[in-house]
Amino acid sequence: MIGRSNLLTLATLVLGFFLSAAVVQAAEPVDPLNSPMWEEMRGQFFGLARYKFDSRVKVSVPSVVENQAQVPITVDARQLQDVRKIVVFADLNPVQHALTLTPHEAAPYVSFRLKVEQATPVRAAVLTGDGVWHVGGEFLEAAGGGCSSPAMARNKSDWSLTVGNTRGRAWRQPDGMSRVRMTIKHPMDTGLTRDNIPAFYIEQLRVRSTGGKVLATIEMREPVSEDPTLTMMVRMPLGEKLIGVDGRDIGGNLFSSKIDMTWRESSLNAPNRAE
Amino acid sequence: MLPTVLSRRPLASEFDSVQKRDVDWADRRAFLKTAGVAGGLALLPMFALEAAPLRYTLKPIEIAPGAWMLLGVDEAITRENGGAIANITILDTREGAVVIDTGPSRRYGVQLAEVARELTGKPVVRAFVTHFHPDHVFGCQPFGARALAAPQGVIDGLNQSGDDFASAMYYLAGDWMRGTEVVLPGRVVEAGYEDIGERRLRTLVLGGHTDSDLAIFDERSGLLIAGDLAFLDRAPTTPHADLSVWQKSLKTLDEISFASLVPGHGPMEKAPRALRQTSDWLKLIEERIRGAFDRGLDMSEAMGEPLPSWTDKIALARYEFERSVMHLYPNLEANLWPRVDQAN
Repeated sequence: MIGRSNLLTLATLVLGFFLSAAVVQAAEPVDPLNSPMWEEMRGQFFGLARYKFDSRVKVSVPSVVENQAQVPITVDARQLQDVRKIVVFADLNPVQHALTLTPHEAAPYVSFRLKVEQATPVRAAVLTGDGVWHVGGEFLEAAGGGCSSPAMARNKSDWSLTVGNTRGRAWRQPDGMSRVRMTIKHPMDTGLTRDNIPAFYIEQLRVRSTGGKVLATIEMREPVSEDPTLTMMVRMPLGEKLIGVDGRDIGGNLFSSKIDMTWRESSLNAPNRAE
Repeated sequence: MLPTVLSRRPLASEFDSVQKRDVDWADRRAFLKTAGVAGGLALLPMFALEAAPLRYTLKPIEIAPGAWMLLGVDEAITRENGGAIANITILDTREGAVVIDTGPSRRYGVQLAEVARELTGKPVVRAFVTHFHPDHVFGCQPFGARALAAPQGVIDGLNQSGDDFASAMYYLAGDWMRGTEVVLPGRVVEAGYEDIGERRLRTLVLGGHTDSDLAIFDERSGLLIAGDLAFLDRAPTTPHADLSVWQKSLKTLDEISFASLVPGHGPMEKAPRALRQTSDWLKLIEERIRGAFDRGLDMSEAMGEPLPSWTDKIALARYEFERSVMHLYPNLEANLWPRVDQAN
């Protein structure tokens, strides 16, 4: 026999349960890209940590894909303060994680090229000092095959002679940052191609000043395109004229380069032209 | 092939078409549901539920006595236009109909053959393919390899990339592509002359838009069919372009005293405006892209570079500029920056 007060308590409990469930549901951010992989991505990249979808994290993808093995991606989180880490991933790629930037003395900005196996959300999750992940992204329309096609280098018998060859240039920006652009010869094999070539890719780059101060580190994974081509912005210590970049691939090969920081203006605004 | 299960925020530029597509699909689904219930009740056979087959609207424009063109729309390839974006030319000869380029799909090719027969009263005896791009070659099936003719470079290109193009086209255009396969032309076109019936066709084997581009000058009508070496009021495409070779080809075409010019995309004109405009565009994008590269812009940033106001009147100017950035940037990055690596 249940007394009236017991019944009330029960009712309150039941009601409370539904209410709290409703509240939890309301607080849970809804994925604006409505990806079937979102819960999996969230668990993989930041577990139970707090996160929100944030339009200040800008991910640029082209409106049309010309080459599924080389899709230009730019992540710009310069509207956020105190950025500790940027993780870039593509929900529907066979390997989702593409790249992680840790901007020690660098802008929360990175451009690179991505392989895509099919149309997919491309996202950047940006961790700020308060422990919150800010997630931005765009849906990328693309036909498939970028991850399962062999590297172009594999068509050449002498590809290994040029691995690690690096070209690059740097510019001083009006905001005091130094813009670095570089490209490193490397097949960046995914291990997923039909010719059974195992994964072979550059896994880490460290950008440092001549004095040894680490300005930024970049971790890369299989989906970064062949011959990784990167744009970063670093804060050079005063008076230093060279930026060093050290790299390592998963075969243990080490790469090292030095980019001259002689003044060269970079400006997004085109100079005045007579049309 | 339907859009993926994912919904997404459409890009501003394509908002209208995406919305329309969604509505269409919702309607079709609703229709299928009702039809399914009704069909089930009436025990109708399943074929009653099939959608009406897609059909291109082909409207031949007479451009000279016994010569017509089918004007492609000034759009990118979409599920709405089925890829019918390139111009197709039809010539009447005593021996039979001649077509220049065959369109984007098997379906288009079948309709093209019908139209050519209606106009000339004869079957197609020769189908020329100007270059290996999908909007020009995937209508080849109904004509058969023996009637198909192209320069060796076009045949090689199709042999190498045709299947990849087909995959991309199925993705972009969807069901319009049903049953489409690559057919390699069985006749090799050399630079020179070919007589078909009363028509003497001068074949110019050039390049620049792709590795191998065919232009055809019909001496009888004075028509110069330039293929994609010339675009008019529609921005040129550059996925396989060599800009300096292309400029040379434009000069070669400019030396022909033609009565009218049929560009690969855009309207026919008596003036050589298409040649000048194509040349100006190529010069423009080369300068802008090089300028952006020299200032250290990344590809994504370079795509946003301003374009001069004369390009406002050119369809797809921004879209093709973005594509050209993606086509031309990697070569600059691979060659123009100094080597900075050091031996360990």
